Amino acid sequence: MKIRIKFAKYGVMKFIGHLDVMRFFQKAFRRAQIDIRYSEGFSPHPVMSFAAPLGVGLESMGEYLDIEVNTMTTEEEMKTALNQTMAEGLRIISVKQLPETAKNAMAGVAAAKYQITCLSGDGSPKEFPVEDLKMALRAFLEKERIPVIKKTKKGERELDLKPGIWELKAEEAIPPFDPDGRRYPAITMLVDASSGGNIKPALVWDAFLTDCGITPESCSYQITRIETYGNTAPEGKTPEFVPLSEIY
Amino acid sequence: MVRKLALSDKILMQVEKPARYIGNEINSVMKDKDSIDVRFCMCFPDIYEIGMSHLGIQVLYDMFNSWEDVWCERVYSPWTDLDLIMRERHIPLFALESQEPVKNMDFLGITLQYEMCYTNILQILDLAQIPLHAGERSETDPIVIGGGPCSYNPEPIAEFFDLFYIGEGETQYRSLLDLYLVNKKAGGSRQDFLKAACVLPGIYAPAFYEEEYQQDGTIRGRKKLYEGAPDTILKEIVMDVSDTYYPVKPVVPFIQITQDRVVLEIQRGCIRGCRFCQAGQLYRPVRERNVEVLKQYALQMLQNTGYDEISLSSLSSSDYSALNELLDFLIQECRKRHINISLPSLRIDAFSLDVMGKVQDVKKSSLTFAPEAGSQRLRDVINKGLTEEDILGGAALAFEGGWTRVKLYFMLGLPTETEEDILGIGELSNKIAAVFFDTVPKEKRTNGRVQIVTSTSFFIPKPFTPFQWARMCTKEEFIEKAYQTKKGIMAQLNQKSIKYNWHEADVSVLEGIFARGDRKLAAVIERAYRKGCLFDSWSECFHNDIWMSCFEECGIDPDFYTIRAREEDEIFPWDFIDCGVTKEFLLREWKKAMSQTVSPNCRKQCQGCGARRFGGGVCFENQGKQE
Repeated sequence: MKIRIKFAKYGVMKFIGHLDVMRFFQKAFRRAQIDIRYSEGFSPHPVMSFAAPLGVGLESMGEYLDIEVNTMTTEEEMKTALNQTMAEGLRIISVKQLPETAKNAMAGVAAAKYQITCLSGDGSPKEFPVEDLKMALRAFLEKERIPVIKKTKKGERELDLKPGIWELKAEEAIPPFDPDGRRYPAITMLVDASSGGNIKPALVWDAFLTDCGITPESCSYQITRIETYGNTAPEGKTPEFVPLSEIY
Repeated sequence: MVRKLALSDKILMQVEKPARYIGNEINSVMKDKDSIDVRFCMCFPDIYEIGMSHLGIQVLYDMFNSWEDVWCERVYSPWTDLDLIMRERHIPLFALESQEPVKNMDFLGITLQYEMCYTNILQILDLAQIPLHAGERSETDPIVIGGGPCSYNPEPIAEFFDLFYIGEGETQYRSLLDLYLVNKKAGGSRQDFLKAACVLPGIYAPAFYEEEYQQDGTIRGRKKLYEGAPDTILKEIVMDVSDTYYPVKPVVPFIQITQDRVVLEIQRGCIRGCRFCQAGQLYRPVRERNVEVLKQYALQMLQNTGYDEISLSSLSSSDYSALNELLDFLIQECRKRHINISLPSLRIDAFSLDVMGKVQDVKKSSLTFAPEAGSQRLRDVINKGLTEEDILGGAALAFEGGWTRVKLYFMLGLPTETEEDILGIGELSNKIAAVFFDTVPKEKRTNGRVQIVTSTSFFIPKPFTPFQWARMCTKEEFIEKAYQTKKGIMAQLNQKSIKYNWHEADVSVLEGIFARGDRKLAAVIERAYRKGCLFDSWSECFHNDIWMSCFEECGIDPDFYTIRAREEDEIFPWDFIDCGVTKEFLLREWKKAMSQTVSPNCRKQCQGCGARRFGGGVCFENQGKQE
């Protein structure tokens, strides 16, 4: 049976890298006594696949992980069992059984939505007029190309961010894991997260700051992945982005 | 409750592996500090990955936190990147759980697992903003207490500690904390507490003593500065190891650590009595854990951690009397759960090869032998009961079973070692390769050849061993011995099948100095720390030149501690500690070593080491039975 798990990662857990989160879940499945399926071969390992790796330092409300199990009770029970063995900063949002024909989460990722909140010195969200942000963004969006230098193992190469940005706006929003529930100026963006064209939100943000004449290092901010999407439109058509929890 | 981290996001994003500093691990313990009477911070003075692999801290962490009025937290050495940032910005060292400064705790416990961590102790104190010298600490500073193997000769670091706990922590900590609470309630001072504490069994308060030296630098005696302090400190020991604390919910790290698995301690102590081995003497007598208890622990720990691997821990697992039953059980249970078993080094025989064949991929795993010396003569000197026959016979069995890789461990610089003994290392390695070619017909040699990895380390005489009187080699002698070993191996017929590794000589010499050091060395350690020495056990951080200049500047001759042969009646800095084994026994063993006489192990025949007075363990195993 294929299962899709949606989870949130926040707080101190943002400092735990992708590989360590994978190792964490392997142990969590054993603690929660989930009858996960193991691969064949001399050193069998639990069958699991993550949708899109999240960079260290980012928080997320929309992480996905597919597993295969031999037996299970109910989705709700699995969710409860897992939540009882999560560390603070990891929370299971939903558990859904998928049809056997479902593509795995990893292959289906097309885009991701991020929210960026500016922070003041003490780490709390920063208050300032959202209009300032809107105006600056308007100018940034009028550019035909947004070239950035991308550092790779082989050296540096230029990359145009523009074609990978589906949506970019400034608005007042509630920071996702902030307890006070108030709205603060924020940038939200929907960008390409497919395996071929993944765009790191920090690249867009840095380019925007640089465009405004601000050195990115001088600004503190928190990036949160809001949701991870698949594309349900046929190839060549205008994409239709649907959260991974709703497509199989 | 939302924990606020001690370090800002910016700092955490800047340093390597921020997970070392955030706590929050599964099974880590959070308590409400307002309902706590004693806050204890337990420290392993090395990086997180090393410190978290240590079973002893997990045992004590579990025990302390099982007490309602105590909150035990952890701290490890910040790596050099964070160390710099913390110094620059005056960020006080913090405990992982509460993220609050260590200096606000009641106790800072530091485990002393190896001598090369001594500068890291000073780093911990310094970053915690606690005065390095115990004498300079105020009423509000934590009580700094040391424990672990190096506390059996605590003198080189004595002035940095308020107390040492000699022996196994399970027995006296409750009494110590109770004394602390009583003293606090009565409005007593730090000094009052130390005076009360020093009469508890196993507790040593270094400030109440002074070492007095002779002209030649050796010790004349010890002067007591507080009359109430005891003359000797007898180690503490748990006699019933089945019915005591065991961490069945160990803390599970997020990042990969050195020993990233469930660890099942099956027994304490060792019956063997190898004359170079300190652990073999310190932890006498052997006490086995009940096998049924171990089975329960294993299942509980696997369930509570989610680990996919379990290993057994002890000094000599082959000597555990119910090993067969325990391994059968583990193999059966672990197979069901997709759990791997990582085997400790077992004596190679038909039984262990059968077990290894069941739990490991024969093609990928290797066999380990630790002959420690190249000739039977020298193995008799060190009382290593392994014979060439055992090794070659075991190897033949293993090669028939499909193994093709063998690891061999030796020591260079053992007392009475000759060129012949050193050449014996190459010869033995060669004979094992020859056994492979004799045993395995050409068409069955799957990997084509046999791989023998021969490693040597340098022998360091340690306190409380029969070799505590021995002269240690100089760096030059060590290097020459390694060179001879290499030459000896190169001259062998099967040299292409043998790979040779050797250990650094500089660090071994320094370790030898501290192992048998006295209080005069504290100044050198502090100076080296001030000059930037830190993480000395990490070869990339070790600066021998700085250390050597510090010895010179302090007017201390390192050779005094290493290459000097000790007289039989010399008073050693650690003589005031009674580890259970008597000095008379050790001297007897030292003399037997010189006459190349072996001593049978504890199960075969009692050697009268002195540990029988603890009233249990192997010493009483065969009461009324005929051998």
